[in-house]
Amino acid sequence: MTAVAVIPVKEGSAPGRMAPPSRFGDRAFEWLTLGMALVVILLVFLIGWQLARGSSLAIQKFGFNFLVTSTWDPVAEQFGALPFIYGTLVSSLIALIIAVPLSIATAVYLTELAPLWIRQPLVSLIEMLAAIPSVILGLWGIFVMIPWLRDYPFPLLKKAFGWTPLFTGPIYGPSMLAGGIIVAIMILPIITSVSREILRSVPNLQREAAYALGATRWEVTRIAVLSYARKGLFGAVILGLGRALGETMAVTMVIGNTPQIAASLFKPGYTLASVIANEFTEATTDVYLQALFELGLVLFGVTILVNLLAQLLLKTMTMKSATRAVQ
Amino acid sequence: MTKIHRFCGKLLGLTIAFGLSATASAQMMINGAGATFPYPIYSKWFDAYTKVDPSVRFNYQSIGSGGGQKQIMAQTVDFGASDGPMSDDNLSKAPGKLLHIPTVAGADVVAYNLAGNPALKLDADTIAGVFLGEIKKWNDPKIVALNPGATLPDQEIVVVHRSDGSGTTYIWTDYLSKISPEWKAKVGTNTSVNWPTGIGGKGNEGVAGQIKQTPGALGYVELIYAVQNKMPYADVKNAAGKFLKPSLESITAAMATAQIPDDFRFSITNALGENAYPICGATWLLVYEQQKDATKGKKLVEFLKWAQKDGEKMAKDLDYAPLPEVLQARVLKRIDEIKF
Repeated sequence: MTAVAVIPVKEGSAPGRMAPPSRFGDRAFEWLTLGMALVVILLVFLIGWQLARGSSLAIQKFGFNFLVTSTWDPVAEQFGALPFIYGTLVSSLIALIIAVPLSIATAVYLTELAPLWIRQPLVSLIEMLAAIPSVILGLWGIFVMIPWLRDYPFPLLKKAFGWTPLFTGPIYGPSMLAGGIIVAIMILPIITSVSREILRSVPNLQREAAYALGATRWEVTRIAVLSYARKGLFGAVILGLGRALGETMAVTMVIGNTPQIAASLFKPGYTLASVIANEFTEATTDVYLQALFELGLVLFGVTILVNLLAQLLLKTMTMKSATRAVQ
Repeated sequence: MTKIHRFCGKLLGLTIAFGLSATASAQMMINGAGATFPYPIYSKWFDAYTKVDPSVRFNYQSIGSGGGQKQIMAQTVDFGASDGPMSDDNLSKAPGKLLHIPTVAGADVVAYNLAGNPALKLDADTIAGVFLGEIKKWNDPKIVALNPGATLPDQEIVVVHRSDGSGTTYIWTDYLSKISPEWKAKVGTNTSVNWPTGIGGKGNEGVAGQIKQTPGALGYVELIYAVQNKMPYADVKNAAGKFLKPSLESITAAMATAQIPDDFRFSITNALGENAYPICGATWLLVYEQQKDATKGKKLVEFLKWAQKDGEKMAKDLDYAPLPEVLQARVLKRIDEIKF
């Protein structure tokens, strides 16, 4: 499930409404594109409707409790989604915390600082990262990343931040943190690519004006480029978040798949997408299957909700900056 | 306009050509779906059977036992396949009487990761204790008592289980439910359960990977998988009090000594035989007693008989345990009762 995010096009570049089309071809074209757009919207509604229909029994049986209880017991047919919702949100948050600074820094380097000859090879390399199938990344996670994390960075984190509840308890390897890190690796390329495109679309006039005012390179990047592209960068992050929420295979392989809510990031967790992928094929009873469908519905809802919140945040952010600009 | 006409003409020609090629290869297609565990041997059977009866072709989708049960109940396939027997509830929902035809069996082994790879012996008590989270350390007196020679560290046992629903988990939890009343009451038997402790790995490869990578880990994987990946695994004490290494022979022995009811919805975990490995289970094909399509039904029955008589001989080469002869005879008799 990918997020729908709007990457704002810079002002002025959007073509204004022209004279109403009179020729048949133009009108047909309009109808065609409208039809296509409607199909996409219809698809979203159909998915939602189908998920709701597929889980009607579970919704009736568990009601609101489904969202706020944490027992997941296929034998006793007791189902609660809270640990999965928690795991999905926390692993995505960890991924964003790691991936956003890295991606944007990479994009800035690629558009502002890197020597020209190195840009294209670097871009290709980053795009290659996006081409790695997630199951391969997961296997790499089990056999390479987790042993390394367990032996070096995790003990260091525990030593440095062991006084916070986030980094306490025994270190096994498969954990919420490992899940977040693998998602970070997976969303890095998309955030980087989109950010790079956005930074590239910042007009050179901006940079030149800042240089003319005597700004240093850092100041130019900060004032003229980053703040100009802020909205677009935010869109790039939202795209990444959408991927993070729905990421399944690689996460399943490293997160430990234990439905629990634990403060420590060293403890294993579980995500909505993972439990569906894990249990769907072997679910035999109706209620069990319906509960899995309902998890799908919840994931659908969480994704939409997070996106709406992000749009809202973007709006308040731009409004604030607009008022600041006026003052 | 002529261009469009010519294009339409081509399109029409193409459709006719496709239609013809489809009728030209008019072979009977028997469709099945279900369990993934027996998929390698089933596909071997289907392939070998084309030489026995070239007029039949099989299409098997290994979508999992849950899907297999669902599809045979919905009659979208001609046979289903499942690693666990169907529940009474599901059977009563099926539109006709469904028969369970056991085909082959496999076992779960207790694999572990301990420094120095000491040979380990475990019994019902210790295995249940570890998986209930009551035995937490490798040097727990109960484990030490079973392994007087081995050096067991003061290390935490990291329990690893399957996170995906699977027949392997069904066998494992079926065993634990039989040997531990506490497990039966708290957790129960299913393809996935509410685990009291441990971390979950996806698939045999996920569990094996986590065991290999985590010092002090203990978990269960399919016998074939452990053998092929040279993982150390424990001897387990069976119901007769004997410590046994899991092997194809000890699985067949379990089937020979287990109580097998007439509907073949049996469980062979913790079988009584002296040479029976306690943690194993069979896999089943699901077919309707009353076949809808007479010719198809006839072909299906012929295949099922062939599978019991000749197919079983291929099992060992693919690391599956064949059914014991006593059971084969009973199954053949049941196949004869299929009506078409």
